[in-house]
Amino acid sequence: MRTNLLKNIDWLTVIIYLLLVFAGWLNIYSTVYDESHQTILNTGERYGKQIIWIGAALILAVTVMLIDTKFFYVFSYLFYSTTILLLISVLFFGTEVSSSKSWFQFGGIQIQPAEFAKLTTALVLARYLNSFPGRINDTRNLFRIGGMIFLPVSLILMQPDVGSSAVFLSFSLALYREGLSPVVIGAGILLVALFILALLLNELNMILIILVLSAFIYLILSRRFRYLFMGLSIMGGFWGIIKATDAIFTLGLKTEHIFLLAAGASVLPYMILVLIHRLKFVVPVLFILFGSLLFTYSADYIFDNVLQPHHQKRINVILGIENDPLGDGYNINQSKIAIGSGGLWGKGFMQGTQTKFDFVPEQSTDFIFCTIGEEWGFAGTFIVILAFVLLLLRLIFISERQRSVFCRIFGYCTVSVLFFHFAINIGMALGLVPVVGIPLPFISYGGSSLWSFTLMLFVLLRMDAGRMALMK
Amino acid sequence: MELYSERKYLIGALIIITSVVFLGKLFSLQIMDPSYKLSASSNVVRRVTEYPSRGLIYDRNMELLVSNKPSYDLMVTPVQLSEFDTIELCEILDISREYLENNLKRASEFSRFRSSVFLKQLSAESYAVLQEKLYKYPGFYVQPRTLRNYHKNIAAHVLGYVGEADRPFIRNNEGYAMGDYIGVTGIERTYENVLKGEKGFRNFLVNVHGQIMGSYQEGRYDTPAFVGSDIVTTIDASLQEYGEMLMENKRGSIVAIEPATGEILSLVSSPSYDPSLLVGRPRSSNYRKLAVDTLNPLFNRALMAHYPPGSIFKIINGLVALEENIVSASDQLYCPGSYTVGTLTIRCRFHKSPVNLPEAIQYSCNTYFSDLFRKILDHPKYGSVTNGYNVWRDHITSFGLGDKLNSDFPNELRGNVPESAYYDRFYGENRWRSLQVVSLGLGQAELTVTPLQMANMTAAIANRGYYYTPRIVKEIKNGTSLPGEFSTKNYTSIDSTWFEYVIDGMEAVVNGPEGGTGRLAEMQSVIICGKTGTVQNPHGENHSVFVAFAPKDDPQIAISVYVENAGYGATWAAPIASLMIEKYLTGNVTRKWLEDHILNADFITNED
Repeated sequence: MRTNLLKNIDWLTVIIYLLLVFAGWLNIYSTVYDESHQTILNTGERYGKQIIWIGAALILAVTVMLIDTKFFYVFSYLFYSTTILLLISVLFFGTEVSSSKSWFQFGGIQIQPAEFAKLTTALVLARYLNSFPGRINDTRNLFRIGGMIFLPVSLILMQPDVGSSAVFLSFSLALYREGLSPVVIGAGILLVALFILALLLNELNMILIILVLSAFIYLILSRRFRYLFMGLSIMGGFWGIIKATDAIFTLGLKTEHIFLLAAGASVLPYMILVLIHRLKFVVPVLFILFGSLLFTYSADYIFDNVLQPHHQKRINVILGIENDPLGDGYNINQSKIAIGSGGLWGKGFMQGTQTKFDFVPEQSTDFIFCTIGEEWGFAGTFIVILAFVLLLLRLIFISERQRSVFCRIFGYCTVSVLFFHFAINIGMALGLVPVVGIPLPFISYGGSSLWSFTLMLFVLLRMDAGRMALMK
Repeated sequence: MELYSERKYLIGALIIITSVVFLGKLFSLQIMDPSYKLSASSNVVRRVTEYPSRGLIYDRNMELLVSNKPSYDLMVTPVQLSEFDTIELCEILDISREYLENNLKRASEFSRFRSSVFLKQLSAESYAVLQEKLYKYPGFYVQPRTLRNYHKNIAAHVLGYVGEADRPFIRNNEGYAMGDYIGVTGIERTYENVLKGEKGFRNFLVNVHGQIMGSYQEGRYDTPAFVGSDIVTTIDASLQEYGEMLMENKRGSIVAIEPATGEILSLVSSPSYDPSLLVGRPRSSNYRKLAVDTLNPLFNRALMAHYPPGSIFKIINGLVALEENIVSASDQLYCPGSYTVGTLTIRCRFHKSPVNLPEAIQYSCNTYFSDLFRKILDHPKYGSVTNGYNVWRDHITSFGLGDKLNSDFPNELRGNVPESAYYDRFYGENRWRSLQVVSLGLGQAELTVTPLQMANMTAAIANRGYYYTPRIVKEIKNGTSLPGEFSTKNYTSIDSTWFEYVIDGMEAVVNGPEGGTGRLAEMQSVIICGKTGTVQNPHGENHSVFVAFAPKDDPQIAISVYVENAGYGATWAAPIASLMIEKYLTGNVTRKWLEDHILNADFITNED
């Protein structure tokens, strides 16, 4: 049985994993290295600590391989509830680091429960959907799945840690594979787009865009131009009436409010029109119209009241609303300078100058890709990206060959989370996405993230190694 | 089961597309973009901070008080050092070899990769020579800075000084780094945000020899520095200079305020120091000397000294009595030369008797004001002494006494007008009588005020019932308006009609035909209204106090003068106030004999 297991392990994945972990450690060593501390096993320095984290991660990996897959299936809800409890208690007993409470401190060790919540959420999603294969789009299931994801997300947002909570969005990729309707994902993308537009544009333009968008959707759905025209005429009429009232009584209404009032007032006559002519599609379009309007207003509210100033600033910098080279834009600039300065072959191991000390912030955690870019050049970044693509495609392949839905979904959840971290972390270093501060899997410094990624990966490999056994 | 299995291709494609986008971006950043020419390890980007020069400071007539002068710091980046001629460098910089080694070691300990200051504020000669030979010393470069340059040796306490930001400050304030200069006291501190400007950063491409090869990426990542905004103060430089001259060899303070605006015309704290002592390399040694000076020249008496006000306080006690209808201005009291109740005797000087309120102010009658203060506290309409005291205290604090005025100075103190609770604690609740606190009526006992509060109180009297929060800044040149509280009238709780009676008394103090206590302050051309004070203190000679405003009907200046351990208010403080008023209103001083009388007085060296 033991030899059987060894034979069935997907060694390609293990090799890529080990390569990435080793590359990570080399770069952490390089960024933190200082002539005055020359031993590798200096546990006061990050490279020394990372060796301990890596050692512990390998022990975890071996342990996971010795556990039966059923264990993860049976106890998935227990694991999930445990991490939820941890997420709640970290809000009360956590240590506050740079104004967010995300960490438990035990002596010299810090544990970040949010990292482990990814793993356990993936397990419950897999377990739940395993019971309803192919019925993911039932409203009831959608709400339950949404709830399972939203619970840790909202707890992590309370820490607050926007980056870690955003990771949970990536599960939609796994859900998509399991048949989640593109409409749901499309709606999600639409919401994100509206959110961004709401920040970029003023109220009036937003309302006009939503109106035109709704009219357009209606046209596509119904192809009945006449009724659209009638609907718009009714609204136009109300617009004129309200505008005139405003002018006569000098109410001082803003243009956007006149539009909103006109849209609201025309709903009733329009619904009568709809009843008379038995028009389809009108109700969903109206739903989209008013839903979007409501969302637009709440987007501004969320931005102003929920997001922290530094997140607002980062989003503003990326959207080009704010140009702030000394603040958060400065991070991105310095990161690009460091990566660009690497050239084709890089400056060589430990020869980086930009990624030392204060040039690039968080060089060993969130911006470690800069060190790779600077010291190993395009050759290095190419290999790292290639390794990730290979790993992810291999994991898709592994997921697809699972015999149980549970294992397949868990596999895709692993792919989704790893892909999200990969895309956001490197995209951030290259200035393509906002700086949200999440680690590069296996490479960035940090015990919690390394352990949780290792656990996810090896739970999947354990499932894979036992997939034949499951058949018997 | 295999219902959606084609979607695996879409997910795979998404991963591949993302990676291709990344590789494309990396290719353009690392290979295509010719401006990223930092091949291998030979070239580095050096980020140089451009320090803006601080805003200039002017007096109210646009006379330049503070500007900047260039200065050069020698920086070192240890990792870029190679062998160099240490003897020559030591000669150029005029430092010892040990000093050089220590500084290099310190820089390495701070960081091998980040540059740090090797030698601050090079002398002009060193800089000239070094500039020629800098190419011989890779790893070193010169960082231009600016230092404060004081055009007149005045107003050190008003202007404050600039020092290096310390660690706690950097931790608590965004945008500061080690080596930045910040305003530590005075205007430099209050208006730090206005004066500091904004730092800029430039990225240079530097080769192995430490030579600048040009701007990195054509300055794409550079940010410009913005100089600080200029400030126009309310100070009248010539008046300030004159005041400091009059206060030489004396301890104390002069504060002059324009009543119509609350603008501080001059603020003298004596002894003072030369502001240029706290600039540049000798700053820390000079600071240490000043800090241990027994005369405490760093202490800003105008804002921080807690002085008992003495007889000048009788003016407001008179106003309170009028407002509360305790007496009328014409009510007379007989003064037998002292106020005696039981075993308590408060002596009064010989003067005409009986006196009404204006006359009591004119002669500073202790009997009248002791009696008056007790009449207020004991008046039956309040029900108890405590209630009477609280009514009295509310009136007093409405003149800005007993609390910070919230001027634009960083460290003014509150003074002390005790709350009734204080006496409750001391004597027991409802167990104290007006007699026990009677010396408050004469401005003694626990009462303390700062010179700024005295001047402000005088301005409120000059305005017949209101004051503007005193301020030192008239205009910020970048267009920022001053906070609104500086343009709102703070009304006292005294009706404006009552002021005329006490102002008549104050006029008579200076100009009274039958002799007031402040006759030395009289000016021929202008009617000065004032009040003397002679404050007993256990530590030696009496403090000499005078508050005044002028002209009587259109007050241009309100002033408080406090000279420690000088003697009678009439002899020293009153003439100083009068000379200041003459200087401000007429531009020069004609009473040279009076000026000499003051200039020759020395209350510091006499003591020893």
